[in-house]
Amino acid sequence: MVFVTDLDPGMELAARKTSDARPAAFDEMRSPDGSVRPAYGALAEWLKDASQEALDHRRREAEFIFRRTGITFAVHGEAEAQERLIPFDIIPRVLTMGEWQKLARGLEQRANVTNAYLRDIYGKREILRAGIVPEDLVYRNEAFRPEMNGQRVPHDLYVMIAGIDIVRTDPNEFYVLEDNTRIPSGVSYMLENREIMLRLFPELFDAHAVAPVENYVDDLLATLISVAPATAPGDPTVAILTPGIYNAAYYEHSFLADKLGVELVEGRDLFVKGNVVYMRTTEGPKRVDVIYRRIDDDFLDPLVFRPDSVLGVPGLISAYQAGNVTLANAVGTGVADDKAVYSYMPEIVKFYLGEEPLLKNVPTWRCREKEHLKYVIERLPELVVKEVHGSGGYGMLIGPSADKQTIETFRAKLKQDPANYIAQPTLALSTCPTLVADGVAPRHVDLRPFVLTGRDRVRIVPGGLTRVALKEGSLVVNSSQGGGIKDTWVLDR
Amino acid sequence: MLSRTADNLYWLARNMERADATARILDAAQRLVAMPQATGGTTNEWESAVATAACVPAFRAKYDKVDARTVTEFLAFAPENPASIRNCFETARQNARAVRTALTGEMWDLINTAWHEMRHFDPNRTQGEELSNFIAFVKESSLRFDGSAFRTMLRNDAYCFSRLGILIERADATARILDVKYHVLLPEEAQVGGPLDYFQWVSILRSVSARTSYHWVYRDSVKPWLVADLLILNRQMPRSLASCYENLSRYLDDLAQFYGRQGTSQRLARSMVTKLSNASMQEIFQSGLHEFINRFIADNNRLGGAITEQYLV
Repeated sequence: MVFVTDLDPGMELAARKTSDARPAAFDEMRSPDGSVRPAYGALAEWLKDASQEALDHRRREAEFIFRRTGITFAVHGEAEAQERLIPFDIIPRVLTMGEWQKLARGLEQRANVTNAYLRDIYGKREILRAGIVPEDLVYRNEAFRPEMNGQRVPHDLYVMIAGIDIVRTDPNEFYVLEDNTRIPSGVSYMLENREIMLRLFPELFDAHAVAPVENYVDDLLATLISVAPATAPGDPTVAILTPGIYNAAYYEHSFLADKLGVELVEGRDLFVKGNVVYMRTTEGPKRVDVIYRRIDDDFLDPLVFRPDSVLGVPGLISAYQAGNVTLANAVGTGVADDKAVYSYMPEIVKFYLGEEPLLKNVPTWRCREKEHLKYVIERLPELVVKEVHGSGGYGMLIGPSADKQTIETFRAKLKQDPANYIAQPTLALSTCPTLVADGVAPRHVDLRPFVLTGRDRVRIVPGGLTRVALKEGSLVVNSSQGGGIKDTWVLDR
Repeated sequence: MLSRTADNLYWLARNMERADATARILDAAQRLVAMPQATGGTTNEWESAVATAACVPAFRAKYDKVDARTVTEFLAFAPENPASIRNCFETARQNARAVRTALTGEMWDLINTAWHEMRHFDPNRTQGEELSNFIAFVKESSLRFDGSAFRTMLRNDAYCFSRLGILIERADATARILDVKYHVLLPEEAQVGGPLDYFQWVSILRSVSARTSYHWVYRDSVKPWLVADLLILNRQMPRSLASCYENLSRYLDDLAQFYGRQGTSQRLARSMVTKLSNASMQEIFQSGLHEFINRFIADNNRLGGAITEQYLV
C-alpha cells in the first residue's frame, strides 16, 4: 500500500476502496516470495537453529532481569497491578545502515522544522499570516501557552528531545505517525533492551555489526549542557525534574539521572530566589541552570499554571522568563505535536525549509473540516479515529476491529465534538518476527527514535524503541494496551 | 547531595535496621515463652515484646488479647502498624526507589528482592517454623543490606547518611530493650534472682545477638550487671550505646569534614560520647538505670532531630 500524501486524502482513499480493505503487511524479514531480506540473513539462520524451548528459556531470563532491575511501569487505572513489566521480545528488529541514514536525515529535518515552527508561533507568526496553518489551531489549542508569546528562549530552541514515531508499510518509505515534542518517554527501554540483548545473546552480536546506542546518554548530557542560558556559570548544573515515584515513567527518570550523573529532583527540592532556581542540598542551596523536565506544562509552576499543582516549583516560570534557566523541552511545545497540526506538517516543512519533506505523513482527515467529517462519518468501519490531544492509545477507534456498538457510540462522540478528532486510514504496519506462544510469527511494529537538538547540532543514535503489537493482527503497540518492546539493530555494514 | 536524597538514605537505613530489631524481639520472645513456666517462661513476654517495639497504644487499639498470634501479626505484618516489619520493608523500598541513583546496584537489588520475597509470607501462618523462617529471612535481609552498603558504597556523604540512619535506630532499639527489661538488670551488690531472671538475661543478650560475645568479653556466667555493662558501655559490642555513639560521632565528623562545617549534631554526638566514656555502671545504677535510659532515649531523639534540621530538610 502506498500513500500519496500530496493528493487530497479523499482521492487516496477512493483509490483504495476498489482494492481489498486490508492489504498484506510488509514483512521486514521475508519478501513475499519467502526469501530472507539481506538485513535479516544471519538472524534467520540463527532462528532456524534455535529451539522453541531455548527461546522460551531466554525470554524468561530476560523477564527475570527486567523484574530484578525494577524496570517496571505503572498502568493508568490499574490499582492492582501497579507495577507491570512491558513484555520484552527477544528477537531484535534489524535495519540496514542505508535505511537508517535515510530515516535519520528525515528525522533531523523534522526536528529542525518543529523548532522553526515553534519559534514562529511564539514569535512573528508568519505561517499564520501566510494562511498555511489556520489560526484557531494555535490560539484555541489547549497546549498553546500565551505566557510564551514574544518570549525568547535560550538559543531559540524549543524541542531539544523529541521522540518521533515512525511506521513502515513498504520497503521504501518511512511515515511519521506522531511527532512527540512534549516529554517523550521510552529511551530507557531502548538502552536497557540493548543491555539485556548483549547479556543474553553475545553470539548474535558476534555475527552482526550492530551500531551502538549507549552513547545516547553522553549525547543527551552534551545537548542539555549546550543549551544552558547565557547567565549560567561556565560549568552549568543540569537536573532532571520528575513528578516522583508514582509517575509511570519514574524508572526512566531515575535511570537517566543516574547515567547522566545529574540530580533527579522533585518540585519540592527546588526553589526560586531572585529569579534564579536553586536546589536544596545537604550543603545548602545550589544553582540549577538546565532542567530536563519530565513534568507537563500544566504542573510546572503553580503561580502561572495549575494553582493546585504540588509537583511544580513556584516562580519557575518567572526565572525562565528572566533567562536564568533553560527548560528542556520549552514550555508550550505541545502546540507543535497535536494530531491536527500534524496533518499540516508537509506544508510546514515546505514553508520554513523550502524543501520537500523527507519523511511522509500518514494521510489525515481533520474532522474539524466539514467535508472531511462527512467523509469520516461515512467510513468509520475502515478508519482509525484519534483524539487530537490523545496519547497512549487511549480514546481512539480502530474501525476494522471495532464492533457495531462501539462504532455507533464513537460516531455520537465524534458528531458532538468533531474538532477534537482526526481520522487516518488503517495502516498495514510492517511486521517483524516475534516470539509468541506457538513459535516465531510476524507481528506489527512501529519505531520511536529519539532526536536530540542542541545549540551545536542534532544528535540521533542509530536505533530507537521498537514497539510490537503482540496479539495476532493487532495494530496497537502501546504498552498500556498490551504492546511489547524489542531491541532495534542498525547494522553497521 | 539533595537534602531529600540524604533523607531517603537515612530513612532507608533506619527502616531496614528497625525491621531487624523487631525480628530479634520476636525471636527472643518466642524462645522465652517456649520455656516451661517453672524455668522462666512467662505469659506476659508478648506484652513486653509490644512494649519493646514501642507500639503499645496502636496494638491496644486493634486487639483485646495479647498472645503469640496477635503480637506476631501486629509486629510482623499489620498494615496499621507503621513499624511492622512489612511496613518497614515497604517504606525502605519506597525510600530506595526515590534515591535509586544514590544506591549501588547491589543495594537496590537486595531491597527489591526482599520486598518481593516478603510478599510470599502468609500473615495467617506465623507460628512455629513459619515464624522462625520469617525471622531468619528478615535478619538475613538486613545483614545483606548492611553488608552490601559496606562493600559497595563509595565512602562519601551518602554512605555517612546511611550509617547515621542505622546507628540512630540501633541505639534506640538497644535502649528500648533495656527500658522494658531494666527491672531484671541489677547492680552487683544486689541479690541475684532465680532461674526465671537468668532466662530473661539470656533473652536480652539474644535480642542483640550477643549471646556468644558476652562470654568472650566477660569469661563469666551471665550476670545482670554485666549484661547492662555490655549493652551500655562496652565499646567493642556493636549494638551497645557507647559503640553506636562512637560511630555516630565519627560519621558526623566525616560529614563535617566533607562539607567544611560543624553544627549542632556534631556537638550533641560528641557530648554523648564523652558522657558514656566517663560513666561507670556503678554510677548509672546508683542514679537509676531507668532514668538513665529514659534520658538516653530522649537525647538520641534530639540528635535525630538535629541531623534532620542540619542536613535533611
